[in-house]
Amino acid sequence: MALELPENVVVSKLDSLANWCRKNSLWPMPFATACCGIELMATGASRHDLARFGAEVFRFSPRQCDLMIVAGRVVMKMLPVLQRIWLQMNEPKWCISMGACASTGGVFDTYCVVQGIDRFIPVDMYVPGCPPRPEQLIQSIIDLQDKIQLEGTISGQEFETSARQQRKRALIELPVLAGLPPVAR
Amino acid sequence: MPARSETIAALKSAYPQLTESEFRGQTRVVVPAEQLIAVASILKDERGFDLLVDVTCVDYLNFRDAEYRFGLVYLLASTTGNERITLRVYLNEPHLSVASLVSLWEGANWLEREVWDMFGIRFEGHPDLRRILLPEEFTAFPLRKDYPLQGRGERHNFPVLTRNQG
Repeated sequence: MALELPENVVVSKLDSLANWCRKNSLWPMPFATACCGIELMATGASRHDLARFGAEVFRFSPRQCDLMIVAGRVVMKMLPVLQRIWLQMNEPKWCISMGACASTGGVFDTYCVVQGIDRFIPVDMYVPGCPPRPEQLIQSIIDLQDKIQLEGTISGQEFETSARQQRKRALIELPVLAGLPPVAR
Repeated sequence: MPARSETIAALKSAYPQLTESEFRGQTRVVVPAEQLIAVASILKDERGFDLLVDVTCVDYLNFRDAEYRFGLVYLLASTTGNERITLRVYLNEPHLSVASLVSLWEGANWLEREVWDMFGIRFEGHPDLRRILLPEEFTAFPLRKDYPLQGRGERHNFPVLTRNQG
């Protein structure tokens, strides 16, 4: 449809229309596993009122969401669940890694805690803090809205671009893995 | 509070070689592994210890003056007699197995599974000795002292999802 028209005029306008619709109606998937989840609930509650930014509709079904907020540490038994939920979400979708644990593992540098979910799923925004204040989470959602508005395309080409830039960090940083038997999938 | 002298006497009359000690008002009895179930039966049937509070384990690797590698801890309580006692069972490699107490206290089921999960102590006669916290595919016992704190790469042995998947 759009390809038949002059690309540099019409498609960009459709893109920005789609981006405008998408960024103002983010439906978060609350993947809240720890104390960051409490701040996530506070963000959605009346005092901080995430509804001001159009992202108040928390849905617990991944089929209805387009923004995954990973709030809390993810252990190796939970990671396959996280990946499955991420795959079940419909495109276009984004991910916010909320707090130190989700982003880097935080203080939990132990055998079972994943040292940053960005090793295994794509992440758009990182929120520092332990746990972050609701204001910080709101700021990250505003920044994500800017990112969607500036980078988004109606056909989702920005996702394929980032896929080409994907680095397999989890395997690069741990070369000792090669000689070990697989213990978990 | 320390265990009553009648409880100690009941154990000593059946097994005279048992050693008991008291520290800060808590009584501890060291039991050989093969006598554990008999001693626990005496405590439950004759002395009314109807509650198994906890089963846990200590790894004494590199511990000062330690003669045994593992020390099992059984915390028993009598809710009717208001009495508590601790049983210690010491194990050395390669004989890391002890009788299961599920036949006496149902609550031992998950507690023993946790000790198996973290320390690799086998409980003979346990009805369902599977891992309880870690994934089934896990091969190590992470609370042993010779297991590295950051693991052996298990936490990062997963496929990486990219943007174009899903």
